[in-house]
Formats: sequence, structure tokens, C-alpha cells
Amino acid sequence: MRADRQEQDLKFTRRALLMAGAGGLAFLGLGARLYSLQVLETERYRLMSEDNQFNFNLLPPSRGRILDRFGVAVADNRDSYRVLLVPEQSGDVASALDRLQPFLPLHDHERERILRTARSQRSFHAITVADDLDWNTFASINLNAPDLAGVTPDVGEVRSYTYGPAFAHVIGYVQPPNDEDIANNPRDAERLLRHPGFRVGKTGVEIAREADLRGQAGALKTEVNARGRVIRELPEQSTQPVAGSDVVLTLDADIQRYAHERLGSESASAVVMDVNTGELIALVSTPSFDPNMFVGGISTADYSALRENDHNPLYHKAIQGTYPPGSTFKAVVAAAALEHEVIRADETLRCTGSTRLGDRTFNCWRPQGHGVVGMNRAIQTSCDIYFYEVAQRVGIDRLYEMATRMGVGAEFDIGIAGVRRGNMPNPAWKRARYNQGWSTGDTYNTGIGQGYVTASPLQLAVMTSRVASGRAVTPTLYRNAMMPPAPHIGLRDETLAHVRGGLRSVVEEVGGTAHYLSPFGIDGVEMAGKTGTAQVYSITAAEREAGIRSQADLPWRLRDHGLFVCFAPVENPRYAVSVVVEHGGGSSSATRPARDILRRVVARDPSSRAGVFADLGNARPGGA
Amino acid sequence: MAVFRESVPRDIPGKMMELNWTLVLLLVLLGAAGVGMLYSVAGGSWEPWAINHVIRFGLGFVGMILIAMFPPRFWMGVAYPVYVGALILLVLVEVNGVTINGSQRWVDLGPIRMQPAEIMKLALVLALARYYHDLPDDKVTTISGLLPPLLIIGMPAALIVGQPDLGTTLLLAATGAMVIFMAGLSWWFILIVAGVGLAGVIGIGLYGLENILAEYQMDRVHAFLNPDFDPLGINYHPNQAVITLGSGGMTGKGFLEGTQSKLGYLPEMQTDYIFTALGEEFGFVGGIAVLAVNALIMAQGVIIAISCKSPFLRVMTIGIITTYASYVFINVGMVSRLLPVVGVPLPLISYGGTVVLAVMAGFGLILGAHIHRNAEPPRGAGLFG
Repeated sequence: MRADRQEQDLKFTRRALLMAGAGGLAFLGLGARLYSLQVLETERYRLMSEDNQFNFNLLPPSRGRILDRFGVAVADNRDSYRVLLVPEQSGDVASALDRLQPFLPLHDHERERILRTARSQRSFHAITVADDLDWNTFASINLNAPDLAGVTPDVGEVRSYTYGPAFAHVIGYVQPPNDEDIANNPRDAERLLRHPGFRVGKTGVEIAREADLRGQAGALKTEVNARGRVIRELPEQSTQPVAGSDVVLTLDADIQRYAHERLGSESASAVVMDVNTGELIALVSTPSFDPNMFVGGISTADYSALRENDHNPLYHKAIQGTYPPGSTFKAVVAAAALEHEVIRADETLRCTGSTRLGDRTFNCWRPQGHGVVGMNRAIQTSCDIYFYEVAQRVGIDRLYEMATRMGVGAEFDIGIAGVRRGNMPNPAWKRARYNQGWSTGDTYNTGIGQGYVTASPLQLAVMTSRVASGRAVTPTLYRNAMMPPAPHIGLRDETLAHVRGGLRSVVEEVGGTAHYLSPFGIDGVEMAGKTGTAQVYSITAAEREAGIRSQADLPWRLRDHGLFVCFAPVENPRYAVSVVVEHGGGSSSATRPARDILRRVVARDPSSRAGVFADLGNARPGGA
Repeated sequence: MAVFRESVPRDIPGKMMELNWTLVLLLVLLGAAGVGMLYSVAGGSWEPWAINHVIRFGLGFVGMILIAMFPPRFWMGVAYPVYVGALILLVLVEVNGVTINGSQRWVDLGPIRMQPAEIMKLALVLALARYYHDLPDDKVTTISGLLPPLLIIGMPAALIVGQPDLGTTLLLAATGAMVIFMAGLSWWFILIVAGVGLAGVIGIGLYGLENILAEYQMDRVHAFLNPDFDPLGINYHPNQAVITLGSGGMTGKGFLEGTQSKLGYLPEMQTDYIFTALGEEFGFVGGIAVLAVNALIMAQGVIIAISCKSPFLRVMTIGIITTYASYVFINVGMVSRLLPVVGVPLPLISYGGTVVLAVMAGFGLILGAHIHRNAEPPRGAGLFG
């Protein structure tokens, strides 16, 4: 019995030790596991832990401003007063909005948006209740903020277009990026683009210079918990955003605004150019729109109204509109004729009001004719018969060459999208386009700026500048520190003098088609110009019978386009202006606005005044 | 051979003299570690956990010493009634329990809310110890000798697995198996059972584990086996637990400096995942220290079991220490992703009243076994016999 008992004791002890051994092994196993995690692999887990712990909150950069030549901000950033709501602090969102209602009345659809947002995101994320508040509303909310739990008044930045519609087509506007914008940007920009409130350029300078204007985002390092709530900010380990660079335009805000107002409600455009440098002083298209409407998101109704307006407010007519240049083109024909010596300046032709070419009759705009005309008088009175003949003598190929040299049909890149080239026809073009041979009739039509030739107001301004200065200027929209005068275009001084003299007599001599513009209005300064009419519709014989005698009797959209190009001062040309008034009914719709704009720019003389780059003055041609 | 009968202390001072102070000290160390970590995971605050832990540990400590004073005869007497009582409570939970975190584990008895499963862990050991004390040695490896203990283990296990609480069920089964083994089950029988068990595992494999486990348990098993394929995010917490541990490094981030534990990457940091907070703030050194203390506690338990003369005390002590060690293995194994997620706390460190009190009561019984190690109550003795 006793032996049994002892054997039992031994058996128990053996098994207990066996169990203890197994337990010891298990402890060793756990220790080994800890060693592997905490000693061998600790670096990896430490990184993962830091990844958990820290977040980088994006700090959006300030967008660069867009300045006129004198540093006036035409696209600026202004503080946007907004009200944010943090549901976690406010409790029930609906009742929080009720408490806010006396200070900030909200529409039902806005309430709906806020409640929807509140449901879709975590409760410690702020919701924008209202953006861009006026100061009084914002101040009253600020004052009552202590009683409005979870309501935070906040100041953000929003794009502001100081001059509203005057610059709308040139500088464009910004909007929140869409998926396409995000796809077109580098991948690393996606986070910034998706940042609430961030906007990108959509049109004009805003999109063309997006890379300069945008700047670089900063990052605020924050410690967050597992739910993403910010525990604290670590500014010393953060990077500050870098504001975008300012972009300086050659435009003069004063002239731009004046030109915009002067064109009024017409469907028109105006280009003002420095004839020596090609700097664009104004680039206006009317009617316009307020780009500020787009920044906050334009309503569908407003946008449809803009799209459906028959005056095309969204269209940048100054660079996108192409029109038959009409008689303004005669300056090019005259230059070609004199340069190629197909006619002498004092050689005269007879205008009887019409001429025959084969079995076709070509009329002068003046049915009774101009009688005996030389170069000067032909330009002054815009005699069509003279230019039919002269164009035919020059020939289409040399005419084509001269037009292109003067800018008609030439391609210009002014640094914003949408510049259209118009068309300068020649036999090869006609063969390719219509599979027809070139006829002398085509040359006739081209000689008076009708037919296949089309040009934009920008090209007309270039043409006028080149005639005025004799320099091969190209249009420029962005101001550089150095803007030297353009090289000479290579025409003989004599040629240029005759053409300019003709253009001068259009305004300054009795009998000129725009003599009514004289006097120019500045003592000792004369202007030169050329009228033009682009026919839209031929009044038929039947209509004439029915009493439609003038353009004013036609519906608006059938009336002729009015054109006028001009420069001043005649003695020492500084500025050129081109104006096209769509369906203006004749050139007189364009002459007066063009003269007024030209007078304003000559009086102000922006090119000779120190601008953003103060040291510029010496580099440009002075007043001599 | 003359037998020297060593004495058993009979009065309270004498019993206090015989208290195993080493074990007491080790337990106090763990309790203090628990208080410190609960203070830390609350963000350096006594509220809401650390202060309660102190109170519970204090209460448990007093209870433990009290329990140690009772003679083995008393525990033999109450063993079966306590077991039956615990079984009734388990049925009550089944009928009318409070559901917390999707598991029905709590029973509400007016002011006291408790987990009967924790009481059952002790009651089971007491009942088995009593059973084997009375069972003649040659009956251990017989069908008639084996059926009652299997029934004693099987009834509560069946009730608890339905709560559902797989962790506690496995714990009960492991403890029961260990007790039967320590009671002297012969090796050939063990081999047969192991063979049958292996066949069973293969059978389950063929039949499909998913037909046995609940869906969430199955997901955990899948997630454990394929840590990288995790469409349900089941591995999020186990992975965060490993990050928390691993980022502690050799010496830890420092007391109160843990980032993972403070920023809410793990749920219920104060209960099942408390060991990761300790590993994060005190590193490998701290983790090993806690494991070492636990190993010493286990060793003390085995030494005490071996030193006991009566089968009751031996089996009881081994049973309790097995339960305790299993807690530690499963918890640390789980948080270090050696085992799938099983909701088992780290005793004396994790927050949780019933567990602290039950574990302290268990160590009270072990301390009592040490004091009364030389007692030899007769077999078949009844209450106060």
C-alpha cells in the first residue's frame, strides 16, 4: 500500500515536471516571438506606427495675381468669409442650423446639401455652411459664435476679378477642377486639386499660365488618432505653401476698361497695340460676362443665357472672330502695288462706278464713281475700281506674300488659347479648298478685302501697326523686362510714306471716308485710319422694290459688319487700334469708338510711362 | 521505515507564517503592472480603470488570504455544491443573460453583474479534484472512472460554447484534460485518445471547419491563416497589435509615451490588448519581465502541487495553475499574432472585475494548498468531515 502510494507520488511528480517543462517551452516560444517582433523587426513596425500616428494636411497655396502693365491687379485673391460647422461640436446638425437661421438665412436646398454632407462624412470634419458672406452677416455670426456651438467663422481665399467683365475673355476664370482636369494634371497634384475650395484656370490667361499661377502646396503635419481626428499640430515639422507667381500683362487696365465701356452693348471687339513693340494695350470683346460668376459655380440658367445670347458673350471676338477685312485691306494692296512698282503714287486711273471683266460687272461702292483717282485719293475715298486694277497688276501671288508679311493670314501666338488665323487665299489654297482655278475676279475681290480673305481684329491691329511703324511687330500679351522695338519689315520708306499719307487723308482731308472724325481732339496730333465694311447679306432687287433701302431696314443679324483700323500720331506713330462691330450696318459703327479709344491711349501714352518694370523706359522708343 | 508526519498549522498566526510569500510577491508585481498600464492607456489617468483595478486587486488580495486559511476538508466539502451552483448560473445566462459585445456572458444578480464562466473555471477544478481524490488509483483508466469527469467538463463546456465563447471553452477543455492527465491516466490510453483525436481533426478537415464554427470564428481562422488576404478587415486589429508591440523595440517608447495605445488603433486596449500597450511603452524588456514573472508563478504552482500530500490539493493546484498559464499563453499568443483572435484577457493586468477576483480566489486556493500541503484528508470525506 505504502509502495503504491510512493509510486503514485513519483508518477505525479514526473508528470508535473513534464507539464512544467511544456509550460516553460511555451514561455520560451512567446519570448522568442517578442524578440522577433520587438528586436529584429522593430524598425519596420516603428515606421508603421509613425505612419499611423501622423497625417499631412494639405495647405493650399495662394494663387498668383494677374497684373496689368502698371501692377494693377486685374485678378486678385480676396478674403472669403465663410461659416463652417463641425457636427461633433454642434450636436444635431438640423437644430444647429435652426440656431444659425436668425443670423444666416438658408434656403431649403442649402440646408439639404449641408445635412447630406453631414451624413456622408465623419462628424469632426467641418462642413461649409455658407461661403463668401458679406461683412455684416459675418460679423453678426462672429459676435454670436460663443452661443452657437460647433459654428466656426473662417476666412479663406477666393479669386476676385477686379474689373469684372472688362478682362473676362483675356484672363478667363478659375473653377473647381473636374475629373478631366485632374486626369490632365500630374498625379502628384491630385491631392491639391481635390482639396475643397481649390480652383484651377479654365480659360484665358488663368489656364495658359496655370503652372506659374498655381504655386506649391504646403503640408501641415498633424498627429491623428485611429479615426482621423487631429490630436495636435506640429508646425515645426510642416512645410509652408509657396504662393504662385504673379503674371504681368502688357494690357493697361484703364484703356481696357475704357474700350470695354465704349463699345457698350454692341457685338464688337477692339484691339489696341503699341506699333513699335507689338505690346497689346487692350484686347476687348463685347458683350462680356462677369468671370466672378464662374468662380463660385455659375447657375445653369445663367450659363444658358450666356450661351444662347445672339451677341455671343462667351466668344473672344478680338482673337477668335474672323471677318472679311473689307476696305481696310486696301492698305496692304497699296503697299504691294508701290513696293512692286506696278503703279506710281501719282499715276491716276478713272473710276466710272463700275468695270467689266469678261461678262461680269464689278461695281465701285460709289455707283456714280470717283472720277480720276491717284493712290492717295483712292485710299482716301476707298475707291474699289482703282484697287481692282491695282490688285490685278500686282497679281495674287505677290498680294498673298505682302498680306502675309503684314499679318493677314499669319499665325500669332499671344500666349492664350483660341487665336484664329483667318484666311489669305491664293491659287493653291483655292485648288485645295474648292478644286477650282484662280480667276482674275478672285483677285479683284481680294483687292478690296472681300471674297475669301478673312482676318481677326488682332491681325488687323498687327497690319495697321506694321504699316504705321514699318516694323515687323508681333502681338504680345505678357510683359517682359526687355521689350525692344521690332525689326524693320523691309518695305521702302517711300512705300510706307505713301500708304500712311493715304490713311491720314481718310480722316484728316476733306473727302475722306472718315473725315467726320476730325479733329482728333489732341492739339498737334493727327490720326490716320481706314474704314471697312464686310458684307453679310446682299439686298436683293426684290427687297429694294419692297422698300428696304438701307442697312437699318434689315434684321440685325443680316446687317454688314463695320470695321475701322487707325493709328496716331501720324508723324510719329505710337498706337494702333482696330475695331470690328458685328452687324454694325457699316463702317461708321466702328469709326467713332475706335477714334475715342485711340485718343484715350495717345493722351495717356502708357508705353512711355514706367510700369511694373520701372527700368523699362529707356529700352522702348521715346517720344522723339 | 519510520514515517515522520509533518505538522499542519492549525491557528491563523501559524498559517500566516506558512504563507508562500514568493507567490504573493509575484502576484502583487503583476497587479502593480496592471495598475500602471491601465493608468497609461487611460492617457495618464486613474479614471476610469486604474482606480477600480486597485480596489478590485485589494479586495481580491484580502479574499485570497482569507481563502488560503480554510482547510482542504472545507473545499472538498463545497466542491460539488459550488460546481452545481456555477452550472445553474451558466444556465441562467443562457436563459436570461446580458449581452455585451454580441456575447451572452453576463448574469445580472441585482447589484452584482458577473460572468459565471469565470466561476466555473474554479468550480470545475474543485469538482475534478474532489472526484479524483475519492477515486481509487486503479480506477483512473477505466470507462466508469473516466465518464464522470468527462461529464463534469462537458456540461459547462457545452453551455459556454453556445454563448458563444470559444476561448473559455477551450480553456475549460484544456484544464480538464490536464487534470485527467495529472490524475494518472495511463499513457496507452492517452495514445489511443490522441489517435482518435487526430482522426477527428482529419474528419473535421474533410467535413469542413465552416460547418462547426460560427461565421465570425471562421473568418478569424481564415484571417489568421492568410494575413495578407483580408477583404473583411479582420486582420486590422491583430496587425495593429503587432505594430504596437513591434514599435516598442528593445526598451519601449517610455511610460505614457505609447502612441498606438493612446490613439485608438486597438479596441478595448484596457482588456485583451493591454499586453501590447506594455510592450509598446516598456519594449522587449518589459514584455519579457511580465512573461518571466508569469513563468515563476507557474513554477511556484507546480512546486506547490508536487509538495502536497493529498491528491485533492495536488489536482486542484495543477488545475488552477493550468488555467492560469493557459490564460497567459493564449492572450500573449493572440496579441503577438501567434494564435487567432480569441477573447482572453491577461490575468491580473487586464481590466475586468470577475477575472481578477476569480484568479485571486484561485491563488487563494493554491496558497491554502501550500499551507496545508501536509494535510491528508481521508478519501470519501464529506462536508466538514
